[in-house]
Amino acid sequence: MTLYLLCFALFLVGLYGVIAKRDLIKIILSMGILGYAVNLFLVLVGYRQGGHYPILEGQNPVPVMVDPLPQALVLTSIVIELGSTAMVVALAIRLFQKYQTFDISKIRRLRG
Amino acid sequence: MNSGMTIIVKTVTRITVWMILLYGIYIILHGHLTPGGGFAGGVVLALALLNVLLAYGRSYTFQWLRLPWLEHVESASALLYLVVGLLGILWGGTFFYNFISKGSLYHLLSAGTLPILNIIIGLKVALSLFLVVWVLAEARTSKGDAA
Amino acid sequence: MPIELWLNFLFVLMIIGSIVALELKDVLSSIIAIGVVGLGVSISFLLLQAPDLAIVQFLFEIFCVVILIQAFIHKSHHQMESSRSNRWLTAATILTAILLFIGCLPLFKVLPPFGKPLMSTAQYYLDHGAEQTGAANLVSSIVLDYRGYDTFGEVTILFTAILGTFTILRKTAKAKHHGGQHE
Repeated sequence: MTLYLLCFALFLVGLYGVIAKRDLIKIILSMGILGYAVNLFLVLVGYRQGGHYPILEGQNPVPVMVDPLPQALVLTSIVIELGSTAMVVALAIRLFQKYQTFDISKIRRLRG
Repeated sequence: MNSGMTIIVKTVTRITVWMILLYGIYIILHGHLTPGGGFAGGVVLALALLNVLLAYGRSYTFQWLRLPWLEHVESASALLYLVVGLLGILWGGTFFYNFISKGSLYHLLSAGTLPILNIIIGLKVALSLFLVVWVLAEARTSKGDAA
Repeated sequence: MPIELWLNFLFVLMIIGSIVALELKDVLSSIIAIGVVGLGVSISFLLLQAPDLAIVQFLFEIFCVVILIQAFIHKSHHQMESSRSNRWLTAATILTAILLFIGCLPLFKVLPPFGKPLMSTAQYYLDHGAEQTGAANLVSSIVLDYRGYDTFGEVTILFTAILGTFTILRKTAKAKHHGGQHE
């Protein structure tokens, strides 16, 4: 349970960065931290005590293995995260070319 | 910046880039037996191409890799994945049916369509990540020219 | 239980690393701190018996750091000192985060203890995966065979993200190039 709580604390650090920071670079990094926390939590939930990694190696009694389903989901999630990070970076570069700043409080025309 | 780095870096890169490419292909082809697979191997291939881009500069890499052709391959690989799934409907009745024979466990040529899908995903990931870095570098250089 | 101790240590390290990454003024230092956090995630995956994920996370972390440094390192010198964060907003966010943490404490008691997985679906994959797909790597068999349709969606998302990046950046590059020729 301590591990789950620490994972949640990591998530809250990322949330704090997304809400309270004004620099676009810091917001992109906080989105990365949020992704790490969620991926770690999914893999933590699938861990089995004393489990073996889910790859067969020819042992005759097949050992107790950890849950492979969260690992498969997280595998695709990491790749998607990188694609979205690249797209956000591209948007930030475009905003910098237009407004010459990364401070979101100075990008006036985005204000709703 | 466009001409790349010193001759020492270029020589070392010329030798090592083939080894990195070979390692990436090894990871992709053994994806159904060992840790790794299309995602990890694709990133290794993209990092090898990125090595060439950093060492030799942009104009040389543009000629060596023929970038417009690579973009077409990158777009087509998503379609190839769909084609494999549709072939599964044709032979087995369900989408992504494993229609090639399974072979025996722990052999390289086994597991039916899994190695094919691994190769397609590796190609897709490698080319798309390399093209992202290429476009980001292009944008930064054009901005530097303007400033 | 040594694994839990190691994981506790790594998680505390990652929390400290992410706070450092968010609070530092220098952009290069923050990106490197994020790289440290990502490598900690990679080692945690290795300890949690997921070597596939460890390899992928390690490589993607390197790639992420390269992309961020390449994109941001030249633009950051002149505007970092002017960007002050709002103190009231920061205090309110930290307070809300602490309240959320305390308020969610009872929810975590509902979860099963560490080391006992929630889902029973996995046993079917572990028992029948090898003979039904012929792959020794069961994660690979789930990604590409049982859940091939999910992976197709993932390929589509990657394709769309890359296409979006191209559309956003190519237009600016061409416009700048055209403007330069015009002058």
